[in-house]
Amino acid sequence: MTAATSSEPMVKVRLPGVAFVMVAISVLAMAGLILLPLYVVFREALLKGLPQYLAALKAPDAVSAIRLTLLVAAIAVPLNAVFGIAAAWAISKCEFRGKSVLLTLIDLPFSISPVVSGLVWVLLFGAQGLFGKWLLAHDLKVIFAVPGLVLATILVTFPFVARELIPLMQQQGADEEAAALTLGASGFTTFRRVTLPNIQWALLYGVLLCNARAMGEFGAVSVVSGHIRGLTNTLPLHVEVLYNDYDSVGAFAAASLLAGLGIVTLVLKTALEWRHSGELSAGRKH
Amino acid sequence: MTDRFSVPPVPRPVTDAWPRRPRLVEHSILPGLKLSLGITLVYLALIVLIPLAALAVRPWEIGLDGVIRTLSDPRVASALRVSFGISLLAALTNAPLGLLIAWTLTRYAFPGRRILDALVDLPFALPTAVAGIALTAIYSPTGPIGAFAAQLGIKTAYSPLGIFIALVFIGLPFVVRSVQPVMQDLDKDVEEAAMTLGATDLQRVTRVVLPALAPALLSGVSLAFARAVGEYGSVIFIAGNMPLKTEIAPLLIVIKLEQYDYAGAAAIGLAMLAISFGALVAMNAVQIYLSRRGRA
Amino acid sequence: MSLQARDKEFLALLGPSGSGKTTLLRVLAGLEEPDAGEVRFDGEDFLALPVRKRKVGMVFQHYALFRHMTVAQNIAFGLTVRPARERPGKSEIRDRVARLLDLVQLQGLEKRFPSQLSGGQRQRVALARALAIEPRMLLLDEPFGALDAQVRRELRRWLRELHDRAGVTTVFVTHDQEEALDLADRVAILKDGELVQLGAPNAVYEHPATPFVFDFLGQACQLPGVVQGGSLTVADWETAAPEGATQGAVQVFFRPDEVAFAPAEGAGLAAEVLAVARRGPDVRIDCRIEGVLMELIGHGPTLPAGVAPGLSVRVKPLRPQVYA
Repeated sequence: MTAATSSEPMVKVRLPGVAFVMVAISVLAMAGLILLPLYVVFREALLKGLPQYLAALKAPDAVSAIRLTLLVAAIAVPLNAVFGIAAAWAISKCEFRGKSVLLTLIDLPFSISPVVSGLVWVLLFGAQGLFGKWLLAHDLKVIFAVPGLVLATILVTFPFVARELIPLMQQQGADEEAAALTLGASGFTTFRRVTLPNIQWALLYGVLLCNARAMGEFGAVSVVSGHIRGLTNTLPLHVEVLYNDYDSVGAFAAASLLAGLGIVTLVLKTALEWRHSGELSAGRKH
Repeated sequence: MTDRFSVPPVPRPVTDAWPRRPRLVEHSILPGLKLSLGITLVYLALIVLIPLAALAVRPWEIGLDGVIRTLSDPRVASALRVSFGISLLAALTNAPLGLLIAWTLTRYAFPGRRILDALVDLPFALPTAVAGIALTAIYSPTGPIGAFAAQLGIKTAYSPLGIFIALVFIGLPFVVRSVQPVMQDLDKDVEEAAMTLGATDLQRVTRVVLPALAPALLSGVSLAFARAVGEYGSVIFIAGNMPLKTEIAPLLIVIKLEQYDYAGAAAIGLAMLAISFGALVAMNAVQIYLSRRGRA
Repeated sequence: MSLQARDKEFLALLGPSGSGKTTLLRVLAGLEEPDAGEVRFDGEDFLALPVRKRKVGMVFQHYALFRHMTVAQNIAFGLTVRPARERPGKSEIRDRVARLLDLVQLQGLEKRFPSQLSGGQRQRVALARALAIEPRMLLLDEPFGALDAQVRRELRRWLRELHDRAGVTTVFVTHDQEEALDLADRVAILKDGELVQLGAPNAVYEHPATPFVFDFLGQACQLPGVVQGGSLTVADWETAAPEGATQGAVQVFFRPDEVAFAPAEGAGLAAEVLAVARRGPDVRIDCRIEGVLMELIGHGPTLPAGVAPGLSVRVKPLRPQVYA
């Protein structure tokens, strides 16, 4: 006697009709709600042809917005990565009281509105902020200047790296590090040769998400930027300014760069999930 | 000088016998705790705690009645209502939609499934301003869907419906990604057990699968809700921003700041935080109750 | 392959992993469809019935309890999902759940959730849940597989008693030959999706149909021999051939504990004793017979003094089996 053994992980489709309808609804919903916006960005950007599109990207304001966006991300992402590693190390490899409070606080920025994440810096460093007078007296500018953009971006992207590393490192435990120490390795060597290889893909994953959000952040930087063209406009703010000027091609051309960033992030992230699923924290596995 | 006949010293009370104050750091096998915890705490304080403390303190300079006056201003009250009300509607809409998509992705094999799976995260990856202008282009009266809806007499962009659409867009991944792993780990034999016990397909889904997914679904819905309440970039373009109708709470913060009304802005920010916090605590309580029943 | 379970019988499906025993059980339950063949119950075509109409009580290897339901809700599930017409009343369901809890000795635990139970308790809940639908047949997939050895032995006796009291035809799958021989009325031995032998535990153990069955049911020693007429010759030892043995060159199988020892000058297989080690109640004797190293098992008090390292003895298998 032989029977069909199902090695397939999915429950057998008993009602092909229902299955078809469900797949169809899902595909339609995804296409209409999520894919269509992506398509529209590129269609609008190229509406008046490629030369127009390229010209919009080469405009001085656009170039300086791109530069500023890269600069802000280049400062914010490494800082948050260092913090993420430090926090994950402390939480997963050591014992101390108040861990769960710390975990909650690390996640806190996720539940704050981006606008509030900008607002808090204005409250501290704005003209009428806590340190506003002092900054003015010393001729320092935080709000409506690059430092404000960086601070707002850091706050918004604060938990990304830590969030990827903490569950993974908790799951890995401290045995391997303890073993390295008994074999005579120093603390830093242990980190570099034992811990880092174990978390490299999760770290990359977290950095990837952190970077995407840092470059694409709108609400928080919009509050602290002051929209000074060529000086404090990041790419997303540049999009807004052009859009409000009814420069549709310009706005969508800049938006297409950001959409491209999103797509690249998505592809890399998916590739990581497929190829290194074992080395990412649970829940990222496919 | 010791004397054999001297009285032995009175034993000092053993300090360990007394309840000691628990130390902050219990023990640590690995080095680097001071360094890593130090970096963590300092950075956390500078970036998160001090700024939030500023937010918590600032509103009170106009006094309690000042805060109440700010929040009960019709324009502010309406914005809070719009933000929280439409966010809740969008999150509740995402519950069945996200469940359906998660179900499709985990249960059925069909061509393009993995691409669809990857696309779920697009709203996470797409910068909000980009999503905002793209959604507006689609749903404005001249856009492909907006024009069609206009023919039916429905105003999509520049109306509460537009805000709703944007919030569904950004909330969907939260629900799908919360439910999906749980659905994947759901034991096949539990469903088979239900079948051998005589359950119909519908009973199997409603009585065995859905209750098992409920905690994850609720968690996804509350994440989507929290995100929607604070959302700015993807909503601001499509909302139309008409006072008393389609202004959202984050926009009012921006407006107050532009008027240099820091305390008013902080009051709205604090109120948003407080309401979301309350909602999250409530949802968490339900979720803990649900998952306590089913812990394996 | 054809297999028939008798009414109220306790039938074991025994085989190594991959032998198809679980698949067979799942086909009976309706969770898998055979490529060919038929399944009948009381003459009724079982394959035409969907799973939920078959009324088979299945106990899954890992129990598959509904974790969001209490013990009582789990047990009552099969009753509460019936269409309204056939559904028993609330009080009747409650009574039946109480009776089943009595039966599986879990009184007082009805409000617990599966996560609050021990492995053995979960298994009994799974059993009660399967029995609640008054199944026409009870199917158990490795019922003791997930339990530790102690609980396993206790539950084994208890399960047999339960079966005798409930009077339901029971089919259970196991890879543990001791469990199958101990529990079942009849044992079906499967290999590579084929039924190799079916019979009462004693018959199967004493007369294995193939070398595979012989080997699978216990330890085996193996030597070449020749059957001629009514006699079997292995090396210089001649004995009566088992009934119905094939003529000519054969493989002779015997159990290492079913042997008698004789002095070197007596009859039997010449063996050189290499080591003797006590192993609890038994004694393990390493020896070389016909150039083959074998581990024989002797019973301490009855072991002749001549069985000692460095000495030669004769070994007489008591119930040799021959296979072509």
